[in-house]
Amino acid sequence: MAKQNSSHELKGQSLGAKKQNLNLIGKPYRRVDGESKVTGGTIFADDYQAPRTCFMRLVRSTVPHATIKSIDTTKAAKMPGVLGFLTGREMPIPFGILPVSHDEHALCIDKVRFVGDPVVAVAALTEDQAAEAALVVEVEYTPLATVASVVEAIKEKDDLIQDYGDDGNIHKRVSMEFGDVDAGFEDADVILEDDFFFEGNTHLPMEQHATVAIPEPDGKVTLYSSTQTPHYLHRSLTKVLELPASHIRVIAAPNGGGFGGKSDPFNHEVAAAKMALKLGRPVKIGLNREEVFYCHRGRHQVQGYIRTGFKKDGSITAQHLKTALDGGAYGSYGVASTYYTGALQTVTYKLPKYRFESLRAFTNKPPCGPKRGHGTPQPRFGFETHLDKAAHKLGIDPADIRLNNLVEPNTVTANYLKIGTIGLRKCIEAVIEGSGWRERYGKLPEGRGLGLACSSYLSGAGLPIYWNHMPHSGVQIKLDRSGGVAVFCGETEIGQGSDTVLAACVAEVLGINLKDIRLCVADTDLTPVDLGSYSSRVTLMVGNAAIQAAERAKEMIAKAVAKKLEVPPSRLGFADRRVFDVENPETGMDWPEAVIAAESEFGTLGTTGSYTPPRSPGRYRGAGVGPSPAYSYSACVLEVEVDVHTGMYEVKEVWMGHDVGQCINAASVMGQIEGSIYMGLGEATMEEMVYRRLPKNRSNALVHKFPSMLEYKNPTFLDMPKMTSYVIEDPDPNGPFGAKEVGQGPLLPMMPALANAIFDAVGVRIDQVPIGPHMVLDALEKKARGQNPRFGPKAFPTYDFGTPLNVPTEAEGGDGKATNVEDAGLRKDRGTMPEHKKGGARS
Amino acid sequence: MMRLPSFRFAQVETIEEAAALLAKDPDNTRLVAGGTDLWPNMKRRHQQAETVVSLAKIPGLTGISGDGKAATTIGAMTTLTDIASSEFMQANYPGVVRAVASISAPVLRNMGTIGGNLCLDTRCTYYNQNEEWRRSIDYCMKEKGSTCWVAPSSSRCWAISASDAAPVLCAINAEVELVSKNGKRTIPLADLYQDDGINYLLKSRDEILTRLILPTPGTWKATYWKLRRRGSIDFPVLGVGAAMNFAPDGSVQDARIFLGAVRSAPTRCEASEQAIIGAQLNESNIAEAATCARKASSPLDNTDFVVNWRKKMVERYVEGALRELGNLPETVKSPPHGNWAQ
Amino acid sequence: MTDGMTTATLTINGEDRTVVFPTHHTLLEVLREECALTGTKHGCELGECGTCTVLIEGKPVLSCLVLAVEVVGQKVETVEGMKTGNELHPLQSCFADMGAAQCGYCTPGILMAAQALLEANDSPTEAEIREALSGNICRCTGYNKIIQAVAWAGAKMRGDLNYRPSDEDIFGADIPEGVTRG
Repeated sequence: MAKQNSSHELKGQSLGAKKQNLNLIGKPYRRVDGESKVTGGTIFADDYQAPRTCFMRLVRSTVPHATIKSIDTTKAAKMPGVLGFLTGREMPIPFGILPVSHDEHALCIDKVRFVGDPVVAVAALTEDQAAEAALVVEVEYTPLATVASVVEAIKEKDDLIQDYGDDGNIHKRVSMEFGDVDAGFEDADVILEDDFFFEGNTHLPMEQHATVAIPEPDGKVTLYSSTQTPHYLHRSLTKVLELPASHIRVIAAPNGGGFGGKSDPFNHEVAAAKMALKLGRPVKIGLNREEVFYCHRGRHQVQGYIRTGFKKDGSITAQHLKTALDGGAYGSYGVASTYYTGALQTVTYKLPKYRFESLRAFTNKPPCGPKRGHGTPQPRFGFETHLDKAAHKLGIDPADIRLNNLVEPNTVTANYLKIGTIGLRKCIEAVIEGSGWRERYGKLPEGRGLGLACSSYLSGAGLPIYWNHMPHSGVQIKLDRSGGVAVFCGETEIGQGSDTVLAACVAEVLGINLKDIRLCVADTDLTPVDLGSYSSRVTLMVGNAAIQAAERAKEMIAKAVAKKLEVPPSRLGFADRRVFDVENPETGMDWPEAVIAAESEFGTLGTTGSYTPPRSPGRYRGAGVGPSPAYSYSACVLEVEVDVHTGMYEVKEVWMGHDVGQCINAASVMGQIEGSIYMGLGEATMEEMVYRRLPKNRSNALVHKFPSMLEYKNPTFLDMPKMTSYVIEDPDPNGPFGAKEVGQGPLLPMMPALANAIFDAVGVRIDQVPIGPHMVLDALEKKARGQNPRFGPKAFPTYDFGTPLNVPTEAEGGDGKATNVEDAGLRKDRGTMPEHKKGGARS
Repeated sequence: MMRLPSFRFAQVETIEEAAALLAKDPDNTRLVAGGTDLWPNMKRRHQQAETVVSLAKIPGLTGISGDGKAATTIGAMTTLTDIASSEFMQANYPGVVRAVASISAPVLRNMGTIGGNLCLDTRCTYYNQNEEWRRSIDYCMKEKGSTCWVAPSSSRCWAISASDAAPVLCAINAEVELVSKNGKRTIPLADLYQDDGINYLLKSRDEILTRLILPTPGTWKATYWKLRRRGSIDFPVLGVGAAMNFAPDGSVQDARIFLGAVRSAPTRCEASEQAIIGAQLNESNIAEAATCARKASSPLDNTDFVVNWRKKMVERYVEGALRELGNLPETVKSPPHGNWAQ
Repeated sequence: MTDGMTTATLTINGEDRTVVFPTHHTLLEVLREECALTGTKHGCELGECGTCTVLIEGKPVLSCLVLAVEVVGQKVETVEGMKTGNELHPLQSCFADMGAAQCGYCTPGILMAAQALLEANDSPTEAEIREALSGNICRCTGYNKIIQAVAWAGAKMRGDLNYRPSDEDIFGADIPEGVTRG
């Protein structure tokens, strides 16, 4: 049940009916940063003002692919206020988010790879002066052949974008087979195949990235930046600046929205730090909106092919999925993204045998990376629309084909993902009930339709980016005689409410108020490492670490209080800022007194908590992507009205059920669900990263079509339908108080639900997103002409994925290892990127 | 942050002062009204000015004056909000209100003026971009470059007229008053425009649009249909401004139909008008008028949506607008018009 | 004619302050950089996102498209002026309680636009709220919580203290009967 308390009190901690004897967890309450965010008090990176700050601008490449012939700053140096420049040669060491693709430089050295790649940094006294000076820096280029698509990337063998990768311009190639897939297809009664296309799109956080770098008097440097991953930025700075990590301090400012777009270490962050050290004064850089589009790291454009064998009852015998990712010019998280386009196909419906082939191509565009749902919305769109077609073909209700084939809890999938709890049945039942599916699906008047789709997402990646044995998340607690509790953690608030989760978990365990807690977060000098706000990991991992630290503090306090009260520690309760004998509640002491007792007993009080996810059963190469301590589930029904004269459509209502395990803050959970519906609808209906190439005989240009808030269409207040959310709570043993993720999962079913609803409304299939009205009209016209009423991509690009890595499934007696590591051509000549020599520029 | 380049800023108090400043150096002087067009263009550096003359402090350039029995005059500096929220305008010129209320978003309409909207710079996704972006395509014909990238073999610029107010105001045959240091003149609004993305206004650089004059209420029954991606903020991808008056027998006595955002000027569809004038509106003459309108439009790939589809939408939206004026049942769903407009 | 630098007295949140700024600087820039009022944010500086909305003479406008020199003599209000003493404005408290501010970056601009709406109409319909805020983009919330918070604040401002957002708005809809229980 979602609702614990109908007479809720929204201010501070609420009183009322308790679930699992929880005081705070699960109720709606004001976030710990709620007041500062509504008063303008939150200090975002660009709000930070340090004395003597100067301003930096980056001169970015105006050509898509070229070698740098010359850089001339003479004219710019004479401009008023100019303090200095940086070029790539001053920062020759490459960096990147993944250790296997350290392919970025703070500023390009010899070569630029897309329009927007930074080449020179200019610092001046004011931002106006820096901008004016940047405009007159002269860079000469020698053009190289450009690559604008996956197909071109496969063909272009000469002017390679990167000097590493699995095969020419193919950055990453994956081919794996779980179980005997051919046998699975032979068992099928019906085999379906489909091609689908998912256009790339971007995060578009309202806050443009900003960084302030401050040189410290002792030769150290502090960075205050809008980053989701201060820890990884810290690593990159250490590498490029060649300073001991302990001399660099990264503080992540609260992010004005992230969605994955601030998860990479960025050029401007590294360059700002270098410039600050060079000039000996604070340096600020705030990107403009166009530059945010160049930072990108958003959703990959994916073309996919999906083939599935079904029994007559709708159960699946085997699936073959192929995906081709347009990666842009750099690696970013791309290797992980590539695996993610296949990894989570198995966690919703029973899929006994599965083949997955994928490639990620380098192209001369801004790099793609992780956006909310990282790599999984594209294949999910393919799968859920495909399943809708299968249901129609087999004469099964689309809800039933799903309900009848759900993955069982506590099982292992064909690709060795360990499933714990699964609340998907409840999600589906809630939305079909709420939307009147049984009475209305297939029966609405022409032009009106319902669509159903489901999805799942990780509650944090099971493996860290740098494989090691250290915790993924750490929390320290300091308590003293004031009764105040200081909580230290590296987690980063990006708007999702992670500060509140951290404080709430501690407050719940210790029975204190949120206001008793002082947080110190996202500071690499002062807080224990948390890996960052990505992969929906924070609630689960930080929450668990916080609970452990708080339990340890509770134990110390309980011992000391027990001694004073002369009751056994096990009989003590912690609630309402009191520690008391549960059998005799009048006997007890106020919270500050209890802390004083403990400080008197043990001396200075401090505890720590750590979290490391459980080991996953997969032992094959690639098994690192997909495992998670817990999977969240979502189901969505969407109602659409289509105008058959124009192809325009309006989403009338959305019903979303989400299995969150357990709410930490009910208000935040609702916010995450609604925000996911919003962003998913944006992707389904209008958002797209598209590029223009000018006529080749006249120009070499390859540019982003519209890097602006106005022309990159994103839904406004007037574009959102009515939303009804169902919060399914099915506590997961791995989650803090049973909580799973909610920030990304509910985005995933939006796109296929829309496509499926359009089919119900007007009988045409749109196998592509975003779904433009021209696509619907085109398919309707085809339908009227008696042709295949479909709009979508043609065949998947021809590509040899090589011998797949064979991994027998658990049912086949497999142990999680591949049986043909030697034959499965995992690496070709140039392979995954080697570690680069320290200090040496790559040629 | 994107910032403005520096310039001299003149806040004048009379129209004569403004006209004199303009006349002094018309090529390097620009007027600013609400600022919602000029400032973004200057921040992106595709419009330049050494001197910017603000009309904001000139008394008498704002307000709506009319009694409903004769022509109505609207000062050029009247904000779009003041027009859209005017009960007088809602009662007497609902088609105009619908167009004005569809411009961008409320917060912009609080700043933007009717004069500014009528003089709005033509737009193009090869032009409304930052300096660095434009550098990467070697600029375009409208500014610094030599090629119109949306039609590379063309000798003209194809940036589009993106005013929402213009099509319907042209359709009802509104007039504008232009003032320069040499005096003032009043011309039909439709004559202010020409189909050229660069020289889209047929006025000399030192003329200032001061007033808009609407014909007596009731002269025309008018409507505006706007096509755009989102419910707010967006410029029109297509605007259909249609006005008619009917003879006592219900037949169309006169009709004026203008399309916005399909060329560099509001585009009159005379063939469409001829298809319906003198007859009762019916399925077939509406269809014919719609087809004629499609033929008169030449949308190019320099704004939102797919070109071929936009061309089809010209037909659908003209059909929708005419059906609305003729009180025929709706086929194509009308776009949402916001709170103020009917 | 103003060239180069301007010295002017601006009236911001009822306080007069004399500031020196480059004439071509926008109100947004002067608020943030000269007045240290960084509560007003920016998302595009081109009038495309609504983030920098402030009130001038009570009307929401985009501070990125107004020169500071143009507002001399006019009343400017920013998010920093919303509180009365240490008391949150009803909009602020409702936004905080509903979770209408997630990352909080668009929030100051939306609060300004919402304040102007409620000053004119403290019982707006949902459609009126959507329309009034339709120039402000938010990427976090899906707008629902903002709409509910504005409606709630309107109730507080008109003295309807019994008004509460519905359970469905806060906890989600009731799980329908017949759904398998965990």
